[in-house]
Amino acid sequence: MTPAAALCLIFIFLVPLAPAGLSLINTGLGRSRSAAHAMLGALCVMAVAAITYCAFGFAWQGLAGGAAHSLRIAGIEWNWIAAEPLFLRARTLDGSPASLVVLLQILSVGLAAVIPLGAGADRWRLGPSCASAALLAGLAYPIFAHWVWGGGWLAQLGTNYGLGHGFLDAGGSGCIQAVGGLTALAVTWILGPRRGKYPMHGMPAAIPGHDASIVLFGCFPTLVGWLGLNAAGAMLFAGAESGRTVLIAVNTTLSAAAGLLAALAISAFRFGKPDASLCANGWVSGLVASSAACAFVTPAQAVAIGLVAGGVVTAAVAYTEWPLSIDDPGGAVSVHAAGGLWGLLALGIFARFPDGASGQWLAQLVGIATLIGFVLPLTYTLNWLLNRVYSQRVDPEGERQGMDLYELGAGAYPEFVTHNEEFTQQ
Amino acid sequence: MKLLGFLLMAAGWAIALAAVALLKTTLDRGLFVLAGIAVEVLGLALAVRAHQPARGESQ
Repeated sequence: MTPAAALCLIFIFLVPLAPAGLSLINTGLGRSRSAAHAMLGALCVMAVAAITYCAFGFAWQGLAGGAAHSLRIAGIEWNWIAAEPLFLRARTLDGSPASLVVLLQILSVGLAAVIPLGAGADRWRLGPSCASAALLAGLAYPIFAHWVWGGGWLAQLGTNYGLGHGFLDAGGSGCIQAVGGLTALAVTWILGPRRGKYPMHGMPAAIPGHDASIVLFGCFPTLVGWLGLNAAGAMLFAGAESGRTVLIAVNTTLSAAAGLLAALAISAFRFGKPDASLCANGWVSGLVASSAACAFVTPAQAVAIGLVAGGVVTAAVAYTEWPLSIDDPGGAVSVHAAGGLWGLLALGIFARFPDGASGQWLAQLVGIATLIGFVLPLTYTLNWLLNRVYSQRVDPEGERQGMDLYELGAGAYPEFVTHNEEFTQQ
Repeated sequence: MKLLGFLLMAAGWAIALAAVALLKTTLDRGLFVLAGIAVEVLGLALAVRAHQPARGESQ
């Protein structure tokens, strides 16, 4: 194994901290009576996603230059899906760049699968959430990832049509975050809002998260995970050399910091005091937006990307809840879909290349159009079909009891139960 | 209205793809890709509206 491959492997080992942090954030933003369910759900969907991806997903995603199916349109090849054998049978997992891609993708698809859990909190059953993760890891994620990272038609927009370097997404703002965020939107639509969220009259009911300290603590592991994700992704998918990972780490950190400060300033201006959950969402949206362009921008540009991401997520969280009536307790749609799309666009706006290639902004726009026009309808259709055969939403009684008691038989915080006798008998 | 919304999203994507494949200049392609995204946003707005719960429905 080369020193660069060893360094990349170390970065990949950091990636699981990203879904760990997101799981803490999602758990803290949900209700206390669904906390254990939220954490177990994250572990389960990661397990299902990893196995499904190894069994089927990688066969459709493949590697750049690997076996693939193509369509010839006007004399130009449109590489649309890989043709690898199932169960990774064509891959030797020996420390080669190809094997590192496989490992990074197994962890990345788990991260993408955890994202929708934040949107479905307090009402998404465990079994259907795992089935939905299987659909994501087996179909939606690998198809789009092949187009971007597997040498597909989006990656070839540069060589085939002269659009910059083709669609670029070093750390996964589109392939991981936007795909996960758009799946979260589809799941939210299919599940519907939590009971009591939108009363007959007046504004939507505020259902605050149960533990702000868990939410804010979750921000720390996300940073470490994202440092690994962006550095490893840039080395494997954008050809960044080892020394460039320092710039990538600086850009990632600055973008997160700017996202947090933007959300803090905006929420303090709007509400009089900073909002802890919005600040956490601003931090994560800065990370999400940093991923695509982390290897191609300067630190000052990374700060600008983070500032806009923090503003976007603050507006999106408020706007999705009301008037759009999208009940998204974890802010997954705002943070990962809106933040991811902004990150992709930011690359087109800010990135400059030594060879002076132009048209990068157009390649990025085509990628964004593909996410909205192909990935969202696909993932909605898959989850809609799943819901027809396997109802995704918990029964009203389960929602009243809480997901912990109803689905797991025990709560996360049994000592929180109030015993009336103890308080009344003095 | 849901179906129409998702059809519009797919139609917008088709416009963007056709612009890349059929047009030559960056300006033309850019304008048509932006038009495709506008159609997608229209479809997204329809889908959002179709999924809005009736007030009190979630009680």
